[in-house]
Amino acid sequence: MKANTTSSSRSRGWVMAGLILAFATGGYFQHLGFFDFAVNNPAEIWKLFLEHIYLVVISSTISVSIGVPLGILLTRDFMRRYRNWILNILGICQTVPSLAVIAIAMTYIGIGKKTAIFALVIYGLLPIIRNSVAGLAGIDPVIIDAGRGMGMNPAQLLFRVELPNALYIILAGIRTSTVINVGTAAMSFLVGGGGLGDLIFSGISMVDPGYMLAGAVPTCILAIFFNWFLGKVEFWAVSPGLSFSSRRDVSP
Amino acid sequence: MIRFEKVTKIYPGSQAAAVNDIDLEVAEGEICVLIGPSGCGKTTLMRMVNRLIPVTSGSIYVNGKNIMSLDVIELRCSIGYVIQQIGLFPHMTVSDNIATVPKLLKWDKRRIQARVDELLNLVQLDPVIFRHRYPRELSGGQAQRIGVARAMATDPPVMLMDEPFGAIDPINREVLQDEFLSIQEKIRKTIVFVTHDIHEAIKMGNKIALLNAGRLVQFGTPEALLTSPVNQFVKDFVGADRALKRLDLLKVQDAMLKNPVRCYDTDEVQAVHQYMKEKELNYLLVCDSQDHLLGYVNHRDIIDHYGKIGDRVKPMTLTVSPKRNLKEALSKMLSYDIGILVVVDDNKLVGILNTMTLAAVVGQTYDEQGGRWGKITAGGRIL
Ligand SMILES: Nc1ncnc2c1ncn2[C@@H]1O[C@H](COP(=O)(O)OP(=O)(O)OP(=O)(O)O)[C@@H](O)[C@H]1O
Ligand SMILES: [Mg+2]
Repeated sequence: MKANTTSSSRSRGWVMAGLILAFATGGYFQHLGFFDFAVNNPAEIWKLFLEHIYLVVISSTISVSIGVPLGILLTRDFMRRYRNWILNILGICQTVPSLAVIAIAMTYIGIGKKTAIFALVIYGLLPIIRNSVAGLAGIDPVIIDAGRGMGMNPAQLLFRVELPNALYIILAGIRTSTVINVGTAAMSFLVGGGGLGDLIFSGISMVDPGYMLAGAVPTCILAIFFNWFLGKVEFWAVSPGLSFSSRRDVSP
Repeated sequence: MIRFEKVTKIYPGSQAAAVNDIDLEVAEGEICVLIGPSGCGKTTLMRMVNRLIPVTSGSIYVNGKNIMSLDVIELRCSIGYVIQQIGLFPHMTVSDNIATVPKLLKWDKRRIQARVDELLNLVQLDPVIFRHRYPRELSGGQAQRIGVARAMATDPPVMLMDEPFGAIDPINREVLQDEFLSIQEKIRKTIVFVTHDIHEAIKMGNKIALLNAGRLVQFGTPEALLTSPVNQFVKDFVGADRALKRLDLLKVQDAMLKNPVRCYDTDEVQAVHQYMKEKELNYLLVCDSQDHLLGYVNHRDIIDHYGKIGDRVKPMTLTVSPKRNLKEALSKMLSYDIGILVVVDDNKLVGILNTMTLAAVVGQTYDEQGGRWGKITAGGRIL
């Protein structure tokens, strides 16, 4: 309890320091005239911002709906033998730079949002699969045994025992994937997918910091927002009975 | 109720059989204790009953039906299972843990709630305090109680309990064992109970199956194991002090001399004195007309007195209940340095116990009437 209050007051201190720093830099940039573009083109930035959110939400949703079931599949008994093989191969795929993934996607699908989303889905998949596997495979076999012994069928076992216990790690994977996705989505511009990358890359090529910042700052905010939001989801979705949860003070 | 017929289990990839050609029958309403050294196959044998482990050969019948002919889910739902490592679901509250099987069977909410509270009370945990706790907020002993409660949730006629009190300190283990036995007296489940503690086996088992290296070495009542071990292994396993262990097994009421001599508070002092002199008794128990124990009189104290015995009674503070086991009685006698313990049930005088009857029990020479000492001390009313 005590440790909790001090740690939360400490983190509040960090937030304050960060805000002061942000305002200071902001004031400095303002002084240099970097925000002139943003102030003059709110509608355009807003449109790209929404587009960016759209790209992230769609691609992450698809990644989750492919990645989690794949993770579940890989942890079933009949897959145990192939699991590490598959994970290794996926790991190697992950080392391909995001830019290359986008490029490859483009050669097959052409340009447009579809290509962008396809590439983002592929790129966001691995952390989700890996965490789903880690979470599910890491469950104490004793409780699975208990569930089976009490007469749960495989589906009941999965939904009532395995997933709730692996949830924290699975959600952590989703969070990592989504936050990375916010950054990677900036590259969608390169294949005509739109989003805030539009401003960033144009800004870079025109050497116009104002233009660039108008894309970069909202991207950062978006990343921070998703991180915070998914953190909250974790907090509320994970059972307080699990040791990861900080939702409940527990006397040891 | 549960019958094993030539059951053998060979784990894939191993040569030796973990369970080797075992025939065993657990009668309805009885506790059958499986005991033996670590790795002898107790858990394996038990888990074959609810098909968590497939048998290699042989067959198992529950309630007369071959388990292979039953639906595996139904079979498991109908058998309460307490696993060796407790295995509470960490993400569920105590209440949800206990409600696992009722939920699988789709009981309605109110019924589940009521059952959970009932079970918590049964294992002596206050529902108000424990209902909403998570397993990590429980002590090892509390967790084991919840594990037992969870297995009993739907009142299954058959229970498999794998070292259910293993994680509990000796004192609380005794308490839990006593609680469990008194529950069992009412609910009469058919129970397979694994332990590697011979004391627990003797105390809990109606029958004991002693296993070694996958084979059934001896199967019988605790009494039989202690008095007629079939070979050296059994002798060693039950221990050199097996004669003393019988004290654990027997209740005071099994060994006491019933109907001991006594006088009544309304008797004349001189008549009682006369009797004591004749029989050379130094002490005599005194009861009221309902046979409630009032105390005793000392021969010397009443020599010159007249009137009613009731005025001369000295209180008797050390007594024992007929339900306690002989070990407790003996320990009481030794620690207070007394040769005789009066057995009182609900304040009523029902018998007495002396060191000689105890010795006779240990040495197995004692008979129903209390042997040679019966003549002196039994007999009821004296006047
Ligand atoms: N899944 C398994 N695969 C292979 N061998 C196993 C497996 N489970 C148990 N065994 C072996 O079978 C034998 C019996 O094991 P079992 O768990 O039934 O012993 P136990 O009597 O319950 O022991 P303990 O008192 O330590 O719990 C042991 O030699 C063990 O190594
Ligand atoms: Mg075992």
